[in-house]
Amino acid sequence: MAIQSNRLAPWAAYCVVGIGALIMLAPFYFMFVFATHSRTEIFSLPPPMFFGYDFLANLNILTERLPFWRNLGWSLYVAIASTALTLVFCSMGGYAFAMFEFRYKNALFGLVMATMLLPSFMNMIPTFMIMDVLGWIDQPRALYIPGAASAFGIFLMRQFVSSSIPKDLIEAARMDGCGEFGIYLRIVLPLLKPALGTLGLITFIASWNNFIGPLIVMRSPEMYTLPLALRSLQSPVNTEWGALMTGSAIATLPLVVLFILSSRQLISGLTTGAVK
Amino acid sequence: MKIPSSLRMSPEMAPYVLLSPFVLLFLVFGVFPLLFSLYLAFQSWEPTSGLEAMKFVGLDNFAFALQDDWFWKSLKNTGWLAIVSGVPQHLVAIPLAYFIHSSFQVLRNVVVGAYFMPYITSTVAIAILFSSLFSTDYGLINVGLQMMSYVPVLGWLMPQNPVDWLNDPEHIKPAISMIVFWRYVGFNVVLYLAALQTIPKDIYEAATMDGAGRLQQFWFITLPNLKPMIFFGVTLSVIGGLQLFEEPFILTGGRGGSDQAGMTTAIYLYRMAFDFNDFGAASAMSWLLFIVVALLTWVTNCLFRPRGTSV
Repeated sequence: MAIQSNRLAPWAAYCVVGIGALIMLAPFYFMFVFATHSRTEIFSLPPPMFFGYDFLANLNILTERLPFWRNLGWSLYVAIASTALTLVFCSMGGYAFAMFEFRYKNALFGLVMATMLLPSFMNMIPTFMIMDVLGWIDQPRALYIPGAASAFGIFLMRQFVSSSIPKDLIEAARMDGCGEFGIYLRIVLPLLKPALGTLGLITFIASWNNFIGPLIVMRSPEMYTLPLALRSLQSPVNTEWGALMTGSAIATLPLVVLFILSSRQLISGLTTGAVK
Repeated sequence: MKIPSSLRMSPEMAPYVLLSPFVLLFLVFGVFPLLFSLYLAFQSWEPTSGLEAMKFVGLDNFAFALQDDWFWKSLKNTGWLAIVSGVPQHLVAIPLAYFIHSSFQVLRNVVVGAYFMPYITSTVAIAILFSSLFSTDYGLINVGLQMMSYVPVLGWLMPQNPVDWLNDPEHIKPAISMIVFWRYVGFNVVLYLAALQTIPKDIYEAATMDGAGRLQQFWFITLPNLKPMIFFGVTLSVIGGLQLFEEPFILTGGRGGSDQAGMTTAIYLYRMAFDFNDFGAASAMSWLLFIVVALLTWVTNCLFRPRGTSV
């Protein structure tokens, strides 16, 4: 793979790529370092470069100013609920699109794919009005139920079913008298496991990070998800930066762990739409 | 678990049953809002007065948007941000992907992971962190610039006084662009790595036999082969950039910054609806911005389709 036309070039490449990687990771490092320092320490010269001792003090401020654990709980609850719903609905839908012939199939699939390209700001205003009419303002279901209609999920599932589940297998099961729902449950779902893992991770992360959704529908601070709660701590004067950094670090840590554990799967999942 | 035969799906019914939950949600929360927003764009309505108070006003909302200075300003901001945060991502990602592709084997996944990580983290957490890094007197970025200004030669390029990144209308856009660049460059590296893997190795071998150096190979083999991906990637970045909302929203405290210098169109239409209570005008603006996005996508598609890129 390596093209060794001269000996120096690889070393230059290592340096450039390595320094770049450090620059990419530096903000994460400082987020975690600042999370352990008080506001006055963060804003001093030189700024702190290593971990301090104020993590618990910051956490105290955070829990005083915000219903922080509730906010964290809602984030987790919405992320888990929307992941579960998305996996069920998209695996069923993706399987139907990949394995069956039915009327308007291509038109419907085209419509679903077209909404994938649709900018997120388009739905902002009408979604608020729909939620208002439904009485779902300040209800977590306003976040996870619409989230389950994921066009990306349908795309990913259809892609995976049509590339890795042979049609003959489904036919054979049908011959043996397995019902349609049984085929989905006992044959398709087990074979879909890797794709379900990828879609699950992506959905969980997207929901965990979602800001525009809760910004539109969550009005009272007790119902805020984490990103919204953190933002509410920001003010033109007297922002508690230490506490804010602690909160941001807590919001980021699960993602960093998930990413380290499954970076290959995540990267290929998130770029399938673009690469294929 | 035995399902009674009367409840069994026939193969003809199965796809409809399997699709129905998704399609129901998709119609209610995906398609209907879109149609409703189109309807709303032709109405005059304030949320406080109840749904009955909606009034048809023809193209008034569009006329209002097109005569609104802030709307034009937000469009200009958005365009500027899309280009300045988008194009450099590719100028950096292409050579970077090339280096990683040609020189990294063992550490490859670790390196790619490091570049990709910003893409998966919470925009809000990141924007909050950067608003402290960008702070004027004690922010790490200004401290770094200050340190570099003592280095000979390089120092001449550095600002003499601390930059007020977040309050100065001139500097808020570069600050936003830096964050967007940092967040998405890794995504593009992955795109280009995937494209690089499809270039057959024997072309490089043949070029080496003919005495072509690394730089020549990059210029005459790699770049031309990456062309479809470059067009595709740039289109993705520009379209993504036109939707910019969260980073500038957090960095400017949800208002768009002093002199509206950091106000993107997405932020403006959010404010138009939720701060100024004009849902009709906000919907009209969202459709105008959508038309801009769609036109740009269509133009790039027409120009570059023949090379066989697909979404």
